[in-house]
Amino acid sequence: MRAIDYQAPTSLSDAVSIMAQHGDRARALAGGTDILVQLRGGRREIDVLVDTKKIPELNGLNLSDGGLQLGAAVPCYQIYQNQAVAAAYPGLIDAAGMIGSIQIQGRATVGGNLCNAAPSGDTIPPVITLGGEAHINGPNGWRTVATEDFCTGPGRNALEPGELLVAVQIPAPAPNSGTAYLRFIPRNEMDIAVAGVSSTVALDDSGQNFVSARIALASVGPTPILATAAGDSLAGKAVSDDAIAEAGRLASEAATPITDMRGTVRQRHHLVDVLTRRTLNIAIRRARGEE
Amino acid sequence: MPGLVHVTTTINGNQTDFLCEPRQSLLECLRDVVGMTGSKEGCNDGNCGACTVNLDGRIVCSCLMLGVEAQGAEISTIEGVASADGLHPIQQAFLENAALQCGICTPGFIVAAKSLLENEPDADEARIRHWLAGNLCRCTGYDKIVRAVLDAGEKMRAG
Repeated sequence: MRAIDYQAPTSLSDAVSIMAQHGDRARALAGGTDILVQLRGGRREIDVLVDTKKIPELNGLNLSDGGLQLGAAVPCYQIYQNQAVAAAYPGLIDAAGMIGSIQIQGRATVGGNLCNAAPSGDTIPPVITLGGEAHINGPNGWRTVATEDFCTGPGRNALEPGELLVAVQIPAPAPNSGTAYLRFIPRNEMDIAVAGVSSTVALDDSGQNFVSARIALASVGPTPILATAAGDSLAGKAVSDDAIAEAGRLASEAATPITDMRGTVRQRHHLVDVLTRRTLNIAIRRARGEE
Repeated sequence: MPGLVHVTTTINGNQTDFLCEPRQSLLECLRDVVGMTGSKEGCNDGNCGACTVNLDGRIVCSCLMLGVEAQGAEISTIEGVASADGLHPIQQAFLENAALQCGICTPGFIVAAKSLLENEPDADEARIRHWLAGNLCRCTGYDKIVRAVLDAGEKMRAG
């Protein structure tokens, strides 16, 4: 790796002023599991890494009636080891406990997953279906971006030079709601999704009818995809195999995959259909308190 | 360009200071600066786990963090596993179960397995295989490693 400078500010304002001073020559450092590999491989070239692990706003994991405020530098293991968070957001835990290895989960962060903007980022689909918002601070103050709009292309995100992703705000789960994330990989662990799907459903009090649903896809397009038509197709319908099959079909239609070393276009469309149906069924059981 | 940075850490219970460039990984610092070559470089990108160390109670790939990030951290490495009295039960079990051949992956496996068994002494085979999924071995086919960790868990439970 070529020489870089390293800064570890202890306040958000210091971090933003360093980021603003260096513009696109600075990059935030959280877990480092992507950025260090990219710098070493020459895939990114910057002058300054700004370590965000000493900034309080980026390291909070606060669960309240308003939802979950997830600091952008909080590593995955802290999320799944927090029993209250794990109980409230099992769909997020599906993904946080699945990324890389135990070693990777000791460092890697949801915020970093978003900023790295890999189409295959496992934590991004559940954050999207849960209605997560990216809270961004920069030289011009605060702004908020819906997480489905945060990734703008492979490795590209909505941050302007000088801006920092501070936290992801996830709303409190709706009554009778559930979320699940599944991915397909040819191995049991330690692989990158060929396709991944997160489903969030809200049911009525009877547990027999959908109030609303959101479905998001990984690894089947240049960015994670919110399959709006698939989710909307369920709203107001009775829970049935037919409704779930129709959502699977629509989710598969929303995918825009490529053929590469991990899978083909045809396989990925098929996987989205299957994973949508499976995650919907898990999400429904979770919404009903059955698992 | 940036100069050397002074980093103060605790490694295997000893306060250890070193000077490094910000670009250097913790693994490079351990091996090339501090001179502790027990942690191995396999892939240098977080896939193989040969560089696994324990950082503030969690296992991490030392190739995937900077040495400067270790400021103030408590690190334990393979060099701290055996005591003055002899090998750790996991090390002994690796020998008795022939759980290594070339040995490059072994320090990472032992540091990772120790972290598991210290927190979950009853870990079963499925849990061990899941926990060690981030450690790759090209010699043994894993079975002997898993048996060694099961064996070590049994001995550690017996005290």
